Amino acid sequence: MIARFVLNGRPREIDVRPEQTLLELLRDTLGVFDVKEGCDEGVCGVCTVLLEGRPASACLVLAAALRGRAVTTVRGLERNGDLHPLQQAFVKYGAVQCGFCTPGMLLTTLAFLERHRHPDREAIRAALEGNLCRCTGYTKIVDAVEAYVRGGYARD
Amino acid sequence: MTETVLTRPELRVVGQPVERHDARDKVMAATAYAADWALPGMLHAAVLRSPHPSARIVRLDTTRAAAMAGVAAVLTAQDVPRNTLSTDVPGQTTSVGPLRATLHVLAEDRVRHEGEPIALVAAETLALAYAAVEAIDVDYAPTAGVFTPEDALGANAPPVHASGNLLAQWRIARGNVAAALATAAVVVEGEYTTQMVDAAYLEPESGVAWIDSDGVITIRLSTQVIEHFRDVAEVLQVPQNRVRVIGTYLGGGFGGKEDVTVEAYLGLLTLKTGRPVKMVWTRHESLLSRAKRHPYRLRYRTGATAGGEIVAQQIDLLADAGAYAYLSALVLLYSSVTAAGPYRVPNVEVQARVAYTNNPPTSAMRGFGAMQTVFGYESQMDRVARALGVDPVAVRRVNALRRGDTLPVGQVLETHVAIPELAERAWAELGPPTPPRAPHVRVGRGLACNFQSYGRIVWLHDWASAWVGFEMDGSLVVRCGCPDVGGGQASSLCQIAAEILGVPFARISVHVSDSALTPLAGTTTASRQLYMSGNAVLKTARELRVQLLRVASPMLGVDAEALDMEDDHVVTRDGRSLALPELLRECARVGVPRSHLGVYHAPAGEPVDLAKGSGKVFPDYTFGAHAAEVEVDTETGVVRVLRYAAAHDVGRAINPQSVEGQIQGGAVQGLGYGLMEEVVLDEGRNLTTSFATYLIPTAADVPDVQAIVLESGEGLGPFNARGIGEPPIGPPAAAIANAIEAATGARITRLPITAERVARALGLFTP
Repeated sequence: MIARFVLNGRPREIDVRPEQTLLELLRDTLGVFDVKEGCDEGVCGVCTVLLEGRPASACLVLAAALRGRAVTTVRGLERNGDLHPLQQAFVKYGAVQCGFCTPGMLLTTLAFLERHRHPDREAIRAALEGNLCRCTGYTKIVDAVEAYVRGGYARD
Repeated sequence: MTETVLTRPELRVVGQPVERHDARDKVMAATAYAADWALPGMLHAAVLRSPHPSARIVRLDTTRAAAMAGVAAVLTAQDVPRNTLSTDVPGQTTSVGPLRATLHVLAEDRVRHEGEPIALVAAETLALAYAAVEAIDVDYAPTAGVFTPEDALGANAPPVHASGNLLAQWRIARGNVAAALATAAVVVEGEYTTQMVDAAYLEPESGVAWIDSDGVITIRLSTQVIEHFRDVAEVLQVPQNRVRVIGTYLGGGFGGKEDVTVEAYLGLLTLKTGRPVKMVWTRHESLLSRAKRHPYRLRYRTGATAGGEIVAQQIDLLADAGAYAYLSALVLLYSSVTAAGPYRVPNVEVQARVAYTNNPPTSAMRGFGAMQTVFGYESQMDRVARALGVDPVAVRRVNALRRGDTLPVGQVLETHVAIPELAERAWAELGPPTPPRAPHVRVGRGLACNFQSYGRIVWLHDWASAWVGFEMDGSLVVRCGCPDVGGGQASSLCQIAAEILGVPFARISVHVSDSALTPLAGTTTASRQLYMSGNAVLKTARELRVQLLRVASPMLGVDAEALDMEDDHVVTRDGRSLALPELLRECARVGVPRSHLGVYHAPAGEPVDLAKGSGKVFPDYTFGAHAAEVEVDTETGVVRVLRYAAAHDVGRAINPQSVEGQIQGGAVQGLGYGLMEEVVLDEGRNLTTSFATYLIPTAADVPDVQAIVLESGEGLGPFNARGIGEPPIGPPAAAIANAIEAATGARITRLPITAERVARALGLFTP
């Protein structure tokens, strides 16, 4: 079967097995290792990508069912080689430890902020509930998101 | 204990919250974790695991699996050159363990826990590898198992091993407990139960192996211990210099990647097939088969004077080792040493035992036996305070250890103990009390202190080495065999080198965790890497600095001692400077090396007689105090943490942001332990092998953690730092239990503190 989709702005057409997931297609076939694998059952949020701007667990999406939709990974966030301001905020506010949850965390956050321009800390926490982090305890992740929302990341 | 910093009192890079050198790669997802790796012609590997917790293997036939098209190898125990792995004391000192704990790489005639590995497969695709595992024919004859340490030590218990079910025991005795309890104004008795939990890192165990030039079997994997290359060599029966382990940046470790994981399997399969092999465990496999944290039963009798001074502690500990020894004896030792808490207790008796069962094996996990005891001694402290009507902060202030005090094991504390200040600051950080939001909701506060060693047991004679060198353009390279588990280990090494050699942080490149190409630095465990590798880099950088300034001295006409290094230059006090590349060219001309290899040896000691309390066990300790405010719904038993503050004396914060991160992350893991996490077993069968059933805290489950970083300037690490990797996970469970009692009067003694347990304690269920 042919999977048709747009990966970070580039149209792709690839032969896939009917049961092949988007996660397997990205990592095993295309070598797109910026999408990590954590549980393969849609619980941990590590493999989150954006499908037409909405977060989805790549391990639960069948590749053959993509039907031309846009898939965004973290590599799709960079602007001319520069980090996206949310990525900058994660670096600056110490939101990254082992980094394994970070790609999914960034993508979920951006999709959430598309719909909620000025969330408080509690709302940020609720939005990130589907993305597990075992290292940071979440405080600095929420700090980074809050700073990004305020724009404070760029001031100093 | 205080150390004079080499050049000038004010620090330039150390102490700054610099952006970690690995963070940029990680937000771009450019970090190549162990599974983010592939080689041409690579095979995929899978493991056949036992479905039974206790069984004999009657028949094991791999004929069908081996005959499948695309299957390159099927290995069982008889294919393993030496089917024994040593599992105690990993690192540089594999021969000094208290036991000779071993296990089979692959099971031979019997299996002792669910998930025990029996056979390995390598195939052209992962799907084929799984199919071949299914095609291995095994007949099991299930045998009687034993599933609690109490049963295991009872009469007529089925022996898990021929040596008997008692794996190890320690006894510590000091003073006269019976006499002291007899005269105490109050004696509080408590029994506590802690559960089995999983490290539950997000990156499963994974790696790729290949045979490199010169026949070197090279294994690139996620590990806290690259020195396992020696264990792999033993298993393969090849010289140790023919195995190389490259440790990747880890997607979390927390002790779960301290023991051998995929490396022996990968070594066997790549040696057998001659091809690159990849093995990535599924989440189910990781949660099923990896060693976990020991469940404990802790019994305490605590005696105190009317003024709240603790006069005696009688403590009995019983732990579940699961089916194999791994590091259980050492975990139990940590429990024994810490069982009376960070308090002056003149009369102490600790009896500790750990038993084999047919449960999943237990071994290292962040806190390493010094964690379960916090739930015991801090619950007891609160009950003593309550019985005497003393304030929870005051009872800890009165009893806190001080410099010069002797621990029950006989170790004299040589550094400052900040327990009173930490307790006061954590308590104060909670601010004004939160009013209950409804009539059926109660709010209360709890405090818990702890202490945790950093660095390895002194009779392991720990050491770490590092290489620091300049390139001709003045950029700097640090090489150190220190695995980076995500705590910023490598980045902190860069900060230390930058401080001493005056090179901007961004101009340093660091190579870590390669057993062939980086000087060995030991395990990233035991809160030891900042202490050990940090000291190694500090010492090496200082020696290199002296070496270089001797060359610079005649060039500038100034004594070497009067020179400083800053901003890529050697500078004089009168404002003249020499650019580094110029100095490095001169070094090349006169034949002085631009690099240096240094070794740091930790203070060493001899094994102590615990029962006689004869001396030093650990280099030093890190002290902490956590305070929690919780609300308890008295209609449902649901507990919600409203505010949380965690204070630790870290000696000096090399990177304050990383230190806060360790404190916040450790505290939240501790809250998971206190409130929700549990490996649920049914007669040895694990019912929680998915993140849908093994629940760890989400962002919505926990509050912000206010990290309080106290810098006493006393510690054995670089610039007087103390280790902070493990300590913050210790206090949360006790802090929560104490807060719940403050809110409701109900004392919870079993972890995790689920709504159901609270509801029962509140009498919401009719019996």
